[in-house]
Parts: sequence; C-alpha cells; structure tokens
Amino acid sequence: MELLKLKNINTYYNAVHALKNVSLHLGRGEIVTLIGANGAGKTTLLNTLSAVTPARTGEILYDQQRIEGCEPERIVELGISQVPEGRQVFKPLTVEDNLELGAYLRFRRRESRKVIRADLEEMYLLFPRLRERRKQLAGTLSGGEQQMLAIGRALMAKPKVLLLDEPSMGLAPLVVQEIFGVIAALCRDKGTSILLVEQNAKAALKLADRGYVLETGKVILSGVASELLDNPEVQRAYLGKEKKEIWEN
Amino acid sequence: MNLSDQLLQYILSGLSTGAIYALIGLGFAIIYNSTGIINFAQGEFVMFGGMLGVYFFHKQGLALPIAFLLAVVVTALCGVLFERFAIRPLRRPTPMNMVIITIGGSIFLRGVAMIAWGKDTHVLPTFSGDEPISFAGATLLPQHLWIFAITILLIIGTKLFFSHTISGKAMSACAVNRRAAGLVGIDVRRMIMFSFILSSAIGAMAGIIIAPLTMTSYDVGVMLGLKGFCAAIIGGMSSGLPTVIGGLLLGVLESLGAGFSSGYKDAVAFVILLLILFFRPQGLFSRGSSERV
Repeated sequence: MELLKLKNINTYYNAVHALKNVSLHLGRGEIVTLIGANGAGKTTLLNTLSAVTPARTGEILYDQQRIEGCEPERIVELGISQVPEGRQVFKPLTVEDNLELGAYLRFRRRESRKVIRADLEEMYLLFPRLRERRKQLAGTLSGGEQQMLAIGRALMAKPKVLLLDEPSMGLAPLVVQEIFGVIAALCRDKGTSILLVEQNAKAALKLADRGYVLETGKVILSGVASELLDNPEVQRAYLGKEKKEIWEN
Repeated sequence: MNLSDQLLQYILSGLSTGAIYALIGLGFAIIYNSTGIINFAQGEFVMFGGMLGVYFFHKQGLALPIAFLLAVVVTALCGVLFERFAIRPLRRPTPMNMVIITIGGSIFLRGVAMIAWGKDTHVLPTFSGDEPISFAGATLLPQHLWIFAITILLIIGTKLFFSHTISGKAMSACAVNRRAAGLVGIDVRRMIMFSFILSSAIGAMAGIIIAPLTMTSYDVGVMLGLKGFCAAIIGGMSSGLPTVIGGLLLGVLESLGAGFSSGYKDAVAFVILLLILFFRPQGLFSRGSSERV
C-alpha cells in the first residue's frame, strides 16, 4: 500500500534543473533509501516533499491526496517530518525546548499537554542520553547526540513519514550503528515509513527494503535493496568496489 | 544638599530614564533576534505610544488607564501594518535595504504624527499625583516608581514569555534557525509579525510612562530610539538582562554627565555607542560562548 507517491517531479533550484521527472513511492511501514553522489538532488527531493523548495511540475500524492501545493506547516501537520541535513538543532535552546518545539503544531492545535509530555518521555526512553542532558543547551551536545535530538524533535510531531537527510554524516561508526538501530526500530515498532537519504550507501542499503539511485537529478536505478547491493553498477559507483581487472582489461 | 545626596539623586533619576531606554532597547532586540533587522522606527513606536496616550486622554477625554491601554493597542496595530507593508514585501532583503526602509518608515511615521497632532509639545498627567517622596536624602516622584514597577513587570513578562511559552520558544527558534523552524511547522512569517507586535507594544508603554515626566511631541522618537539602540548595543542585542543593564547603565551615566554639564547629556550616549561599536561590538557582557558545530 503506497503512502507517498511522487509522479514526474521537476524542481528547479534557482536556475538549476535539480530534479528531472523523478517518480518514486514509499509504502506504509517501509524503509526506502535514496542514494547518490553529492549534488545528485537528494536533499532537493526531501525539500520538495517538505515544500521548502516546491516542485515546478509533477504530482505528490500522500494518502491519495495531492499535497504538492501545501505550505511547509501543512506538510508537517499531515504527518511528514524532515530531519534536515546537518541536524539543524536550535543550538541556544535546551534539549527539552528543542523536543517541545517539535510538537509545536500539536501545541497550537491545543492537544493535551499530558499527551505531549508522555511523548517527550518516550523520546527520553528512545534516546536515554537526551534525558541526561535535557536541561543542557543543544549546541553543547556531541554530533551524535545532536543527531538524536534532531530525530527526536521530528518524531515529536508524530509523523507517519520520516524524511532523514544524511543522518550518518560526520559521525563515528558506532554512533551510526546506534542511530540506524533506532531507525529500524521506529519502522518495526511504530510502523513509521522512512525515506532515508544517504551517502553511506552500503549501510543504507543494508537497512532499507528498497532503494533508488539518483544521478544528476534523475532516478537511474531502483529496486529491492539487497539486489541493489549486488548490482555491479552500484558497487562500482557507490560502494567503492572497483574491480582491479576492469581497469586492466 | 551634600555631594553624596546629589550623587544619589542623579543615580536615581538616571535609573528611571535608564529603565525607559531598557524597554526601548528590548524592542530593538526582540525584532533583531527574530528577523535580523535593526528597526530604526522603534523610537517612533515610543513616540506613538506617548502621543496616542495624549490623544485618547486629552482629546477623547478617556480615563488614563483606558487611554494607556488604547494607545498600546493602536501602536501595536501600527507595528503590524509596518511589518506587513514595509518589511514583508521584501523577498530577499539585504541589511542595507532594511536600514533604509526602517529609517524611511520612521520618517514617514514622524510625518504622520506631525500632520495629525501638530508640532506642539504635550504632557500627560502623572499616574498618581506629584507629591515628591524623599528617599535617603534624594527625592523621587511617584511617576518614577511607576516607571520602575512597569519596567520590572515588562522585563519579567518578556523573560517568562521567551522561556516558558511555546510561542516564545518558537520565536527564539525562528531567530536561531529559520529553516529548521519552518521544518518543525513554525510559521516564520507569523512569528516575525508577532515580534513587531511585541516590540511596538513595549515601545508604546515606554512612551506613555515617560510622557508625564519629559513631555512628548512628534519628534521625541528620534532621540529615544537612538538611546534605546545604544542600550541594546551595550547589551549585545540580547532580548534579556544584558540589554536592561545596558539601558540602566546608559541612563545613570547620562544623568551623571548632565550633572557635570547639561550640554553633554546626549553626547554621553553617542560616545558610549561609538566606543562599544569600536571595541566590543558583541556587547559589554557577552563572553565568547562555546559550542560544537
């Protein structure tokens, strides 16, 4: 069952044609990864979904509804939250304030504070280190902790779709493992659908159900993650497995 | 009056004008922190507060508290219109655009006030009588106490708003990282509008509470605005305690300067402003904060 579907999306970033006829879909409870080199359009795709850089043409269907003309707030309200590249936590605010701001629209809708409070506790269960540091300013956290905070903040909006932009960037392998573990658990336990943008193609494909390969704004390959992992083209370009004999032939 | 009594007198009256500067400075800081704009029309909101207070009290014959309230509400409305028609239309403003627009806006608002109310100086009655109160050899007017009380309440109110309400936190979030604020669903434009409402209302209150002591006219906004700006610069544009201390410090120094020779009263503020901008542009009290990127 498709939750999110993009049809022939074209997005321009200033004068640059950043996404060219991109079509893809995300099923309920599915983890889909989007891999590709720098500048392939991965971040633009997420920002098009979040209505930060709207598409010029094409359709975005969410739960069978057209959403491509919506304002960014509306997208969050509908249940699509983005964890932006480089975490982008509110550094001079405390960890707890950051998490509360994730639920900003729920406060505005006058949802019960008790329920929001309970969700906050749940975030602390998910990321115990954030509980220890709840009164600390977000800017004083380590990179991994900031990433956890950014994910926690997005989850506080209770999204059905989580868009993750390079969560592994600049983090130690052990921390990456921890964060990918949380992503897998979210999908398994909560049924959250996840669109994961990664440069770390190997880790992403191991985690994901399916994957798309983006190159200069176009989807050039798509398929089941395990098959993409074995695809020679993917191995050469994104997994760094250049076979020596290819060069000698 | 011996020297120490005189000194105390200067300090006390300096603190009360300083409190006004602090409020005006807060207005600057609130808008700066949510938009990155230095709103040079802030002084005009202060003038509007005082002049509208005079208008509602003298011309409309309303009771002083009601005139006070109406003046604040109408000034806040002006703040909204100013944001909507002068600030928002600019898509990608450069700092220079903004300086020119806000200075232009301030000239416009001053012109409107001059046409509406003339060039005369007006006065509001003090809030509760003119009976001086002696305090350790110095004398205070009840209006001074009103100024202190209202300033303290407003400062505490602003502080609570920013640290304890979700709207306040959302405003800070916009100031820090507009993109991320948009991604959690905060309507950034609404927050900017809100910061204009807040700072024009605070400015208006400052304008009304000072009017009984210093009188008001269509052009008081220029000087008050610059003094408030100076307070905010001393405080490193923080919308909290540093700006308040900046205002009080400026008020006291100015008052002591005037004690030497009243001709130098206004010069004090500008000398401080220049010194701070030359030597400590980050403000007097900010330490280099450490954070990981």
